[in-house]
Amino acid sequence: MRRYAQRTAGMTASEIRALFSVASRPEVVSLAGGMPYLAALPLDSLSAEVGQLIAEDGLVALQYGSAQGIPELREQICEIMALEGISAHPDDVVVTVGSQMALDMVTRIFCDPGDVVLAEGPSYVGALGSFAAYQAQVVHVTMDEHGLVPSALREALASVAASGRRVKFLYTIPNFQNPAGVTLAVERRAEVLEICAQHGVLVVEDNPYGLLGFDGQIYPALRSLDADNVVYLGSFSKTFASGLRVGWVLAPHAVREKLVLAAESATLCPPTMNQLMVSRYLATHDWKGQIKTYREAYRERRDAMLSALDQYMPAGCTWTKPDGGFYVWVTVPEGVNTKAMLPRAVTQRVAYASGTGFYADRLGSRQMRLSYCYPTPERIREGVRRLANVLGDELELYNTFGSMAGREVSGPESPSPNTA
Amino acid sequence: MSDQWVAVLAGGLSHEREVSLRSGRRLSAALRGVGMTVDEWDADANLLTRLREHRPDAVVIALHGGAGENGSVQSVLEMLGVPYVGTDPRACRRAWDKPTAKAELARAGLATPDWVVLPHATFRELGAQAVLDAMVESLGLPLMLKPDQGGSALGAQVVRDAAALPAAMVACLAYGETVLAERFIEGVEVAVTVIDGPEGPEVLPAVEIRPESGVYDYTARYTAGLTDFHAPARLDRATAAAVSELAVSAHRLLGLRDVSRTDAVIAPDGTVHFLEVNVSPGLTETSLLPMAVEASGRSLGEIYAGLVDRAVARSI
Repeated sequence: MRRYAQRTAGMTASEIRALFSVASRPEVVSLAGGMPYLAALPLDSLSAEVGQLIAEDGLVALQYGSAQGIPELREQICEIMALEGISAHPDDVVVTVGSQMALDMVTRIFCDPGDVVLAEGPSYVGALGSFAAYQAQVVHVTMDEHGLVPSALREALASVAASGRRVKFLYTIPNFQNPAGVTLAVERRAEVLEICAQHGVLVVEDNPYGLLGFDGQIYPALRSLDADNVVYLGSFSKTFASGLRVGWVLAPHAVREKLVLAAESATLCPPTMNQLMVSRYLATHDWKGQIKTYREAYRERRDAMLSALDQYMPAGCTWTKPDGGFYVWVTVPEGVNTKAMLPRAVTQRVAYASGTGFYADRLGSRQMRLSYCYPTPERIREGVRRLANVLGDELELYNTFGSMAGREVSGPESPSPNTA
Repeated sequence: MSDQWVAVLAGGLSHEREVSLRSGRRLSAALRGVGMTVDEWDADANLLTRLREHRPDAVVIALHGGAGENGSVQSVLEMLGVPYVGTDPRACRRAWDKPTAKAELARAGLATPDWVVLPHATFRELGAQAVLDAMVESLGLPLMLKPDQGGSALGAQVVRDAAALPAAMVACLAYGETVLAERFIEGVEVAVTVIDGPEGPEVLPAVEIRPESGVYDYTARYTAGLTDFHAPARLDRATAAAVSELAVSAHRLLGLRDVSRTDAVIAPDGTVHFLEVNVSPGLTETSLLPMAVEASGRSLGEIYAGLVDRAVARSI
């Protein structure tokens, strides 16, 4: 093992992740994954679109493109971001292979080993993975039901400074956060930006769910309030199709130039075919109507989950009430360890993502993320009912043995992207 | 080369589904490599229909944990009259339930670490701490906790400190209702594969297991490079013979058929202790049986093709 780089330390087989393998079986209700509900897409007309794309534009679609992405798509991306109050120039947009690649690029150009990234606690597990890959240290900032707490942000900045380390950026998912399901209050947005600007800390705003507010509400992007100090990440994964892997980053000019060069060395260019596919879809389909369809499906599922939680969960459990996005964040009674409980859940044919995977510092043992994006409302209700039984059995175990910390296990704890 | 058509069963709904799928893929490729036609099927609601409609020459079970090892799938295959590789359902149950296997072999005079088996209910009804105290008093520390059934070391832990025992119990009981607590023997772990052949049970070279962390847990099992393996194991002649004898005895005494893998530990005094036996051993890239096969100079495809032929011959 000595020949591997130090950054591979966490890249081991994981008995927790292996449990998610059963999620693909129909007997299991999976509330673990984050796959969008693609069945709502108009596959017939998309199929025709792909045919036409190859027929009319095949030699472009199948050829290398620029590392920055095709210009037409970057213009369309600017129109989409305008919905959130962002005024941007297509030259400052870099198309990426999903916003996951944007995260990787941003971390690559900003973080040396040991640098600090501030992130909400809990935060998106894929981002934590990117930060770990560049050996950055994550310091979590507390959230409440209105998102990131400004005073906690100040404290985190002060304590990192006192420890002699450098904070490179704040990573935040302001809207319908993954995994917590909360949204940064509009009144807090300017304050968060101001704190970061004062401390010379860049803000990386990750906004994949921004257009999925259940009441059609669209919150002003952080980038719309501060064009100079915010790097904005966007994605078509939740508004159109996750498998195309088309996302983007909007960055101030100087940052963007480095991102383009970094992207070129990583992938040469994002897939031209997929970019053209998205571009044609935006031009020829009612994409806003499609987002509305998604939103309504997700709202129905969110409602099913919240009502089932109300009905079934044992006393002592609390949960967030998202008004958009994919996830509910559940806190279980004192003493229960959600990671240790997962094998029992799998035995009872339900799966969830345990909370510790969403922290870089082993917090989250009393939390779990439940996703409502993929199963039908009926399945969600059944899944929550089973989960409540699992919790009941687990509580009995804790009553016998007393509350205790879970066992340390190696490897990734969160489901892979193709988990149901 | 063989012209049999076999169905490899892999997946299932157990905690070991992921490992089983990998075993199934590896085995299927190996069987195709010796000319067999192979279908890979999950053990799901379509299985019986598939078996009735397609009637493979034989079934090879690469399911781990639960139905694939406790005799359930074997019972179904028997009822349908489909030939299959491996142990019959009754003997499966004996091997699958670790305390049962230990008790049978101990009765026959084989060494196995002292143990107790306790369900969650006993702790609940009699008071957890008092029962745990008695457990430590009787078995000593360190001790090994594992679910009484199941594989891949899921839920298994070495406990060196009595204070860590309650938490370890909770983690172990997440996999099942009953815990097997064993005196932990600090020694050399080996895995020994037995294959039935025309001359009776044949022992493949023992595989010696040296996990970097000292504990052969799930991560050490399935992360390439985290464990050093030596096949054949670096044993003196007498110990090697004792290890082989133990594996064959386990295979015979428990009534196992075609293939089994016995896990054992060699204590510092040279005694070879039986730990457990698997009727559906792992066949992944980092699994022990394929290493033993390689050390024997044969191939996985050749060995399993031979077992398929035996299974087909049994049914005629």
